[in-house]
Amino acid sequence: MAATQVVRSEWTKIRSVASTVWTLSLAVVVTVALGMLISALSRSQFDRMPVRERLSFDPTFVSFAGMTLGQLAMIVFGVLVVSNEYSTGMIRTSLAAVPQRGTFLFSKIAVATGLALVIGMVTSFAAFFLGQSVLGSLRTEIGEPGVLRAVIGGGLYMTLIAMFSMGVATMLRSPMLSLGILMPFFFLISNILANVDATKRIGRFLPDQAGSRIMQVVPRVDDDTPYGPWGGLGIMVLWVIASLVGGYLALRNRDA
Amino acid sequence: MIELEGLSKRYGEKVAVSSLTFTVRPGIVTGFLGPNGAGKSTTMRMMLGLDRPTAGDVRIDGRHYADLKDPLKYIGALLDAKAVHGGRSAYNHLLCLAQSNGIPNSRVHEVLDTVGLSAVAKKKAKGFSLGMGQRLGIAGALLGDPRILMFDEPVNGLDPEGIHWIRNLMKSLAAQGRTVFVSSHLMSEMALTAEHLVVIGQGRLLADTSMAEFIRQNSRAYVRIRTPQRERLLDVLHGAGITVVETGSGALEVDAGKPERIGELAAQHQIVLHELSPQQASLEEAFMQLTAESVEYHAHSDTALPHQWGDGWERG
Repeated sequence: MAATQVVRSEWTKIRSVASTVWTLSLAVVVTVALGMLISALSRSQFDRMPVRERLSFDPTFVSFAGMTLGQLAMIVFGVLVVSNEYSTGMIRTSLAAVPQRGTFLFSKIAVATGLALVIGMVTSFAAFFLGQSVLGSLRTEIGEPGVLRAVIGGGLYMTLIAMFSMGVATMLRSPMLSLGILMPFFFLISNILANVDATKRIGRFLPDQAGSRIMQVVPRVDDDTPYGPWGGLGIMVLWVIASLVGGYLALRNRDA
Repeated sequence: MIELEGLSKRYGEKVAVSSLTFTVRPGIVTGFLGPNGAGKSTTMRMMLGLDRPTAGDVRIDGRHYADLKDPLKYIGALLDAKAVHGGRSAYNHLLCLAQSNGIPNSRVHEVLDTVGLSAVAKKKAKGFSLGMGQRLGIAGALLGDPRILMFDEPVNGLDPEGIHWIRNLMKSLAAQGRTVFVSSHLMSEMALTAEHLVVIGQGRLLADTSMAEFIRQNSRAYVRIRTPQRERLLDVLHGAGITVVETGSGALEVDAGKPERIGELAAQHQIVLHELSPQQASLEEAFMQLTAESVEYHAHSDTALPHQWGDGWERG
């Protein structure tokens, strides 16, 4: 079983279903549009902000504000790529064609990740440039220190969120169960855990909290985060690896 | 050729398949028969490496399924016609399967043509009728031009024309020397297509025999009699040493009796007969009887037969 054959097959699968197109276009549109909206609001409200916030105003990070919602579309993409196989029963046909389950799973994840990376980068660069265009005098430039890193990091962040979702969906199989856990977790619970004092120390090590550090250029005034931008992304990568290993072990040992 | 050896599958306490040992030979259609829930689909999933056996082994042409390079070129299977992503077109569904096994794209068009789906190749599978879905599944099984084909309940949901088509397809595949293994819960369907028969009930092997042999052994011949003078006839037949079974419908049945002899006896004693007819129990009845008495038959099923076939198949 040549892995290239399976990769080609997975590419055919991913490009031939509508959910790929709508989840990924939603990710781009929502992230960019919401980022522009919040950038525009920030510009008009800037003079009324408290001094602390004005001092640590991060035009790069503000233009990525749409990602809190846009990442949900990436989660749906990641979940559907995997769980579509289960919800349709296609998994049995697929595994009969490719009985090497590791090859099957990692070819699928490689193809979906490649696509997510392209879309993530497009989203991130579009969100940055369009966000800056409405920030007016508050804008920053791509050449400023740390900005390019943050923009590339934004693309990586979206890719990693999709990968993490693929691993979880492989473990859980059901699309509803996977989405029902991942969406509220990343949209609400993780934010709460990372901002409430009692849980802050642990909450900031959650995948999205750690990973999103790479998109910040100007640190907060009282920033005491114990990791830097790349350290945060590294923590997120560890989460992704754990999720994919879990998915692989589940798939390997389970009856299809 | 498919060889099963002591294949077993347990789900917790429940035994789905219990040490099945049989061989599916090339060149003929082998019917895999059993009532619903007998373990047919579980057995087939284990053959394809989808479910892991609790014990025992399956080999495809001497190898484990997972060790086959490009397995679709060895064995094609229709397990579940609905095992398709409904949002994908028939063409793309087959294309992704073909690509995963290094099968050329041109073959996709060929099999679509074979199953008669060329006209709807670009249509999404969710719009397909059950019959069309079944044809798409069969197209997938034929894709790699495999030597072994496996169909799980292929005629389910098909119209008469489709059923006819499937029967002929299976026969012609076997005639080309391929191994054809087809499951069904309908004896009548098997009688029309299969030359060899493997019967299971409650996960156990009940019979592994040629269809002709199965028919010979299991179809009970008897004579049915109707008469208004029931008691007198019973006396006469008893007197002649003939065993009579009284059925609920008021008729009498004589096993292995000769209608001539019974007719002559009735005439001698001037008994009026309304019916005197030789009957053959249907295969369906024989099958139901077999599966109902699964334990008793299990004891007989391990006898000499498997070795005979082992010698026989290589000729074909």
